[in-house]
Amino acid sequence: MQLPGEKARWLDKSENVTKVYRAVWTVCAVLLLAEPLVHKHGEFAMEEWFGFHAFFGFVAAFGLVLAAKRMRRWLKRPEDYYDRR
Amino acid sequence: MTGAELSPAWTLIVGAALVPLLRGTLRSVWIVLLPLVGMVQLAFMPHGEFGQLEFLGEALVIVRVDRWSVVFAWVFLIAALLGAIYSLHVRHALEPAAGLAYAGAALGALFAGDLLTLFVFWELTAVTSVLLIWARRSERAFRAGMRYLIVQIGSGVLLMFGALQQLAATGSIRFEHIGLDAPGGLLIFLAFGIKCAFPLLHNWLQDAYPEATESGTVMLSAFTTKLAVYALARGFAGTESLVWIGAVMTAFPIFYAVIENDLRRVLAYSLNNQVGFMVVGIGIGSELALNGTAAHAFSHIIYKALLFMSMGAVLLRTGTVKGTDLGGLYKSMPWTAAFCIVGAASISGFPLFSGFVSKSMILSAAGYESLFVTYLVLLFASAGVFHHSGIKIPFFAFFAHDSGKRCQEAPANMLVAMALAAALCVGIGIFPAPLYALLPYPVDYEPYTGSHVLTQLQLLLFAALAFSVLMRTGIYPPELLSVNLDFDWTYRRLLPRMLGAAGDALGRTIASAESGAARVLLQLETRARQLHGPRGVFGRTWASGAMGLGVMLMLLAFLLSYYFVQG
Repeated sequence: MQLPGEKARWLDKSENVTKVYRAVWTVCAVLLLAEPLVHKHGEFAMEEWFGFHAFFGFVAAFGLVLAAKRMRRWLKRPEDYYDRR
Repeated sequence: MTGAELSPAWTLIVGAALVPLLRGTLRSVWIVLLPLVGMVQLAFMPHGEFGQLEFLGEALVIVRVDRWSVVFAWVFLIAALLGAIYSLHVRHALEPAAGLAYAGAALGALFAGDLLTLFVFWELTAVTSVLLIWARRSERAFRAGMRYLIVQIGSGVLLMFGALQQLAATGSIRFEHIGLDAPGGLLIFLAFGIKCAFPLLHNWLQDAYPEATESGTVMLSAFTTKLAVYALARGFAGTESLVWIGAVMTAFPIFYAVIENDLRRVLAYSLNNQVGFMVVGIGIGSELALNGTAAHAFSHIIYKALLFMSMGAVLLRTGTVKGTDLGGLYKSMPWTAAFCIVGAASISGFPLFSGFVSKSMILSAAGYESLFVTYLVLLFASAGVFHHSGIKIPFFAFFAHDSGKRCQEAPANMLVAMALAAALCVGIGIFPAPLYALLPYPVDYEPYTGSHVLTQLQLLLFAALAFSVLMRTGIYPPELLSVNLDFDWTYRRLLPRMLGAAGDALGRTIASAESGAARVLLQLETRARQLHGPRGVFGRTWASGAMGLGVMLMLLAFLLSYYFVQG
C-alpha cells in the first residue's frame, strides 16, 4: 500500500512480489541441482538420498502449517477470553 | 576476604541498588558501566572455589569458577550489557535497576557451588525479574506477573526440599552431578524443569514474557531459562529422559507459534523450542552434545535478545505487536527490520549466522549416538523454527500487507543495542573459534563442510518455499485476534472453575443448613412467645380464684388416680 504523497517502493508493485516468489523457486532449484557437485555425508543412510533435506524441509513446513491451522478449531478463543469473569 | 567478593554478581546487584539514586547522563553511564566492569572482573577471575564459609554447620561455596560457569557468565554479561543499552531511553529507574539486579542474581546462581547458595540466588532471580513485568503498570501485567511469581517461587521451594533431602541422606549440599536416583534428585529435577519450561510446566513463559515492558522482555528472555539449562547440564547431564523431554519441547511449541497473533508470544514459543535443543544436548550427555548445549545457549541468548529487541522497538513505536495490526513497517523502521532479519537468520541456523555453528553440534551429537527419531524431530523443529521465527516474525511485522502505520525509527539507544547483537550473531557465525574455545570441553568440530552447508540450505529454503506457496495459494492461516488455549487453561480456567463450583456447592450446603437451623429456632421462638408471651398461657396474669380452682382440680385428679391405683 502506498499512502498519498509517498514515493512507491519496489515491493509495492505486485509484479515485483511475483518476482520474489519466482526467485525462491529458482534458488530452490539451484540448490537441488548443486547436490551432485557436493559430496553428501549424513549420519543416517536416509540423509544421503537425493534431495532428502529439501523434501523434508518442504513437507515439514507444509505439514506444520496445515496441522496448526486445524488446531485452531479447538484452541481458538476470543481475545478477551481470560478477562471475562 | 575470601575471594567471593570478586564475583561480578555483586557488582551488578549492589550497582543496581544505586541506580535509583542517580539521574540523567550519570545514571546512563552507570548502568552501561556495570556489565562492563563485570566483564573485566570475569576476565581476571581465576578458576577455583572461593568464599567457602560455614553456615549452620554446612560448608557453603559461594563462588565456584570453572569452564561451565565462565561460558554462561560471559553471555549473561553480554545480555546484561545489551539490555542496559536497550533500556537507556526509559526515564523510570525501576526497569534498569530490576534488570541489572536480575542479571546479577542469575550470575550469582551460575557461580553457586552449593545448593543453598543456588537456592538463594534462584529465588532472587524470581523476585527481581517479576518487577520487569510489573513495570508495564497495567492490571493485565500485574496478574500475569503474579502467576509468574507463584510458579518461580514454587520452583525454588522444590529446589530447597530437594537440597534438604540430599543433605539428610549424604550430609553434603554441594552442587555436583545429581541424577534422578539420588536422594532429592527428582525434586531438584522438577525445580530445574519448571524454570527450563519443560512440556506442561512451560506456560508461565508464554504467559508472562509478552506482558513485560519492551526492555523487560529482552532481559527476561536471557536469564531464567538459560540458568535452568546450566543447572540441568551440571546436575543431570546424560539423563536419558531429557532427550525425550527436549525433543517434545522443540516440536510442541512451534504449532502454537504458527497460529499465535502476539508476535512477542510467538517469540516466547520459539524460545521454548530453542531451549528444547539444549535439553536434548544435556540428555545425550556426550562431550560434543554438552558443548553444543553451552554453545547454543550462548548464541541463542544473543539472537533471542535481538529478536525481542526488534519487537520491543515495534511495540514502543506503534503501541502493538499483534500480527493483525502490523505490516509494511520496513518503510518506517528499516534499521529495525534489518536487525530483526539478522536475528531471524541466526535463530533459523542459516550458514554464516550464529545458530548454524551451535545448533548443528547438538544435531551431530544426536546423529553420532544413532538417535534416529530424535534426529528427525530436531530436523523438523529446525524447519519449523525457520518458519515461525525466521519468516513469520519479520514478514508480518515489516512486510506482508501494509498496515498504513507510519512511525519513527527506533530510538538511537535501541538501534545501538540491536546493532551490537546483530554484529555478534554474524561474528559468531563467521568466526566460531573464539566461542568454541570457551566451551566446557575441547572442541573438535567443523560446522562448515560442503555437505552440511548444502543440506541446511536445502532444508531452510524448501521450508521457505512451502511458506511462499501457502501464502500465494491463500491456504496460510490468517493472523486472527484470538487467544489459543494452552496448558495454562488448566490453572487459569479449569482449576478456578472447579474451585468455584466446589465453593458454590459448599456455600449452598451451608446456606441450606443455616436456613434449616433458622427455621427450627424461629419455631421455638414462636412457641415460646405463644406460651410465655404477654398473652401466653404461662405469661398471663391469672385471678387468684382461678388459681384456687386450678389447685382444686389438681388435687381432685390426684385423689382419683390414688383410688384407681389402690383399688
